[in-house]
Amino acid sequence: MKKVIMGNHAVSYGVRLARAEVISAYPITPQTQIVEMLSEFCSDGSLNARFIKVESEHSAMAAVVGASSVGARAFTATSSQGLLLMHEMLHWAAGARLPIVLANVNRAVGPGWNVWTDQSDSLAQRDTGWLQLYCESNQEALDTVIQAFKIAETVHLPVMIVLDAFILSHTEEPVDVPAQEEVDAFLPRYETEWRLDPEDPRAFNMLVAPEHYMEMRLQMQQAMGEAKGVVEAVDAEFGARFGRCYGLVEPYRIEGADTVLLTAGATTSTARVVVDALRSEGQNVGLLKQRLFRPYPVAEIRQFLGGVQKVGVIDRNISYGHEGIFAAELKAALYDLPTRPKVYDLVVGLGGRDVTPATIRGIANYVLAHDAPEPEPVWWEVKP
Amino acid sequence: MSYAIPERELMDSGHVGCPGCGAALAMRLALKAVGDDVVVLIVASCWSIIAGPFPYSSLRVPTLHTAFETGGSAASGVKAALEMRGRPHTTVMTWAGDGGTFDIGFQALSGAVERNEDFIYVCYDNEAYMNTGIQRSSATPLGAWTTTTPVGTPKDTPKKDMVAIMAAHGIPYTATASVAYPEDLVRKLQKAQGIRGSKFIHILAPCPSGWKSEPAETIKISRLAVQSKVFPLYEVEGGRRWTITVRPPQAPVIEYMRRQGRFSHLTSAQIEAIQRNVDEHWAALLAKAEHV
Repeated sequence: MKKVIMGNHAVSYGVRLARAEVISAYPITPQTQIVEMLSEFCSDGSLNARFIKVESEHSAMAAVVGASSVGARAFTATSSQGLLLMHEMLHWAAGARLPIVLANVNRAVGPGWNVWTDQSDSLAQRDTGWLQLYCESNQEALDTVIQAFKIAETVHLPVMIVLDAFILSHTEEPVDVPAQEEVDAFLPRYETEWRLDPEDPRAFNMLVAPEHYMEMRLQMQQAMGEAKGVVEAVDAEFGARFGRCYGLVEPYRIEGADTVLLTAGATTSTARVVVDALRSEGQNVGLLKQRLFRPYPVAEIRQFLGGVQKVGVIDRNISYGHEGIFAAELKAALYDLPTRPKVYDLVVGLGGRDVTPATIRGIANYVLAHDAPEPEPVWWEVKP
Repeated sequence: MSYAIPERELMDSGHVGCPGCGAALAMRLALKAVGDDVVVLIVASCWSIIAGPFPYSSLRVPTLHTAFETGGSAASGVKAALEMRGRPHTTVMTWAGDGGTFDIGFQALSGAVERNEDFIYVCYDNEAYMNTGIQRSSATPLGAWTTTTPVGTPKDTPKKDMVAIMAAHGIPYTATASVAYPEDLVRKLQKAQGIRGSKFIHILAPCPSGWKSEPAETIKISRLAVQSKVFPLYEVEGGRRWTITVRPPQAPVIEYMRRQGRFSHLTSAQIEAIQRNVDEHWAALLAKAEHV
C-alpha cells in the first residue's frame, strides 16, 4: 500500500512490519518521531511489543542488549549526542554478537548545538563492530529496516541504518508499505540457541583472558567478512519478493565515465540530478552511491572506481587532523591497485548546510578542472 | 527446628572470591532464596571476577555479565524479553556492587524503579571500589580509609542513604540484609520474589582486603554492623511502611570499627562523632518504623 510519509515514519512502519518484540528509546531530535509512532503502535495493539521508555540513550542500548540476550527481536533509534552516549554499549552489543537494529538519524554533534544533518555521529561509531547502511530515500529506509533484521540475525552482528536529518527524517515521500504477510514470509520469527534460558543456563559476556579474547575478536572480523555476502543475498531476496533492491553500492550512469562522484545518504538523489545534467552536456561524469559502509565493500568499490581517472568524494563529515572519512576509506581501498584514480575530498554541508544541485555541480566542475587533488581536503563553500 | 534456608546449592565452590568475601556468601544465599527460575545480571564489579573466567562459571543459573552502569536498564530489557517469550514467571535479579549502584549505575537504577520494572535489584555493598583496589565510593562510610581517601584526609562525608532514596521512589519493596542473618536475608529475597514491581535489596558485604579485617571475622563484623546499628536490618513496603526486622542489642560502634584497619587512624573524638551520626540515623529510623 502506498503512503505519503516522512522518513522517520517509514522507519516506524518497517519496525512494525519486522515485528520487533522489545523497543527501548529516549527522545532526541530529529529521531523522536520514529519512537513516537512506535509508541502509538504498541498502544493501539497493532504491534505486539514491549516499549521500555528509559531515562537515557545509554540505557536504551543497554535495555535492547538485555532483550536481545534473551533472544527477542529488539530495536532502538537515536541521533547525534544520543548515539555518542550509546557508544560503550554499541561495543557491548557487537561484542556480545547481538542482532539488534538501530536507526540513526544523522545529526551534527555539538557544540554548538545543531540538529541538522551531518555524518559525524554515525561515522564516529565506525569501529564498534556494527554494520552500517546509509539510505537515500524514505522507501529505502523502510526496506532497509526489514532487511537489517534478517542480516543481523544471520551474521549475529548488530546493524545500524542511517538516514539524513530532516532531508529524509521529516520530509514526506510516497512509500510502498508492504503487506504484513509478505514481510512475515521474508522475515520469520527470530530463534536462537544462544540465549538466557533457565532451562539451559549459560553465562554470557564473562571475564575472558588473553588466551581466548583474540579469537573472539577474529570471529567478529570473520562475521563481518561473511556479512557482505549476506547483505547482498538478503537484498537480492528482498528484490525478488518486493521488486526493490539497493546493492552494496549503486553505480549510476557510470559507463564510460572518467570522473565519478561518491556519495552516501540523501545527497545521492541530488547528485543524480546533477549527473543527468552533466551527461546531457556531454561530460563523462558518473555517480557511485555507497550504501554499505561497514563492512567496507572493497571489491565493489574497486570494480566501479578502480578504472576511472578521478573520484570526487562528497564527505559530510571530517576526521579532524586528517580528512573526510569516506575519502580516507576509499583511498585505503584503492591503494593496492596497480593504477588508481585521483581522489578529491570535498568536505561539504556540515551541520546541515544545504547541499544543492548547484553545490554538487560546483564540486563536479572543480574536480573536472583540476588535474590533481589538493593535499588537504577542500572545505566547500565556506566563508572566508 | 526446621532449617529456613533451602539446601539446594546454585553456586559452586569453584568461584574465585577472596577468603572471607561477604559478596560471595551473599550470592550463595540469594540464589538459595530465589531458586533456579531466574536470570541473573552481573554488572562490572568484584562479581565479574568472582563468577569465574570463560569458559567456566560458578553459577548454575543463566547469567548476563553487563556494563557497569546498566544494572537497571539491561534488566528491564531482559524482563521485557522474557515476558514476550512466554516466561513472565522468571525472576530477574540484578547483582551490583556499591559503585555500580550508588554511583555510576544510579541513573539507570532510578529510571528502572521509577518505571516499576518487575525485577529484584541487589546491591552487595562492600563500601568502596574493591575490585579496582579500594577507592572511595559514595557508599564509603564517614572516616574510612581508602586508597583515594588516605588517612590524612579520610572520607569526610557520610554514606549515601541509598535505601531511603529507593524508598522515596515509592517502589513496592526495599530492604537491608546481612550475611550474618541468613534467615532474614533469605526471607527478604523470597518476599521480594513474590511481589510484582521493583524490589531493592541492600546487603552489607564485608571485604577483608579492603576493610583490612580478618577473613575469619566476616560474619562477626557483619553481625556487629547490625548490633551497633551501623547497618540496621529493616524493610520498607510501598515506600511508606517501615519495619525493623532484627531488633539489635546495644553495642557501641567502636566494637564494630576496631576490627577493621580502615578505621584504625581515627581518634576517639572522630569515633564519637561517628557514634553520634549512627545514633541520629537510628533515631530517625525508629521514628519512621511502625513495627519493630
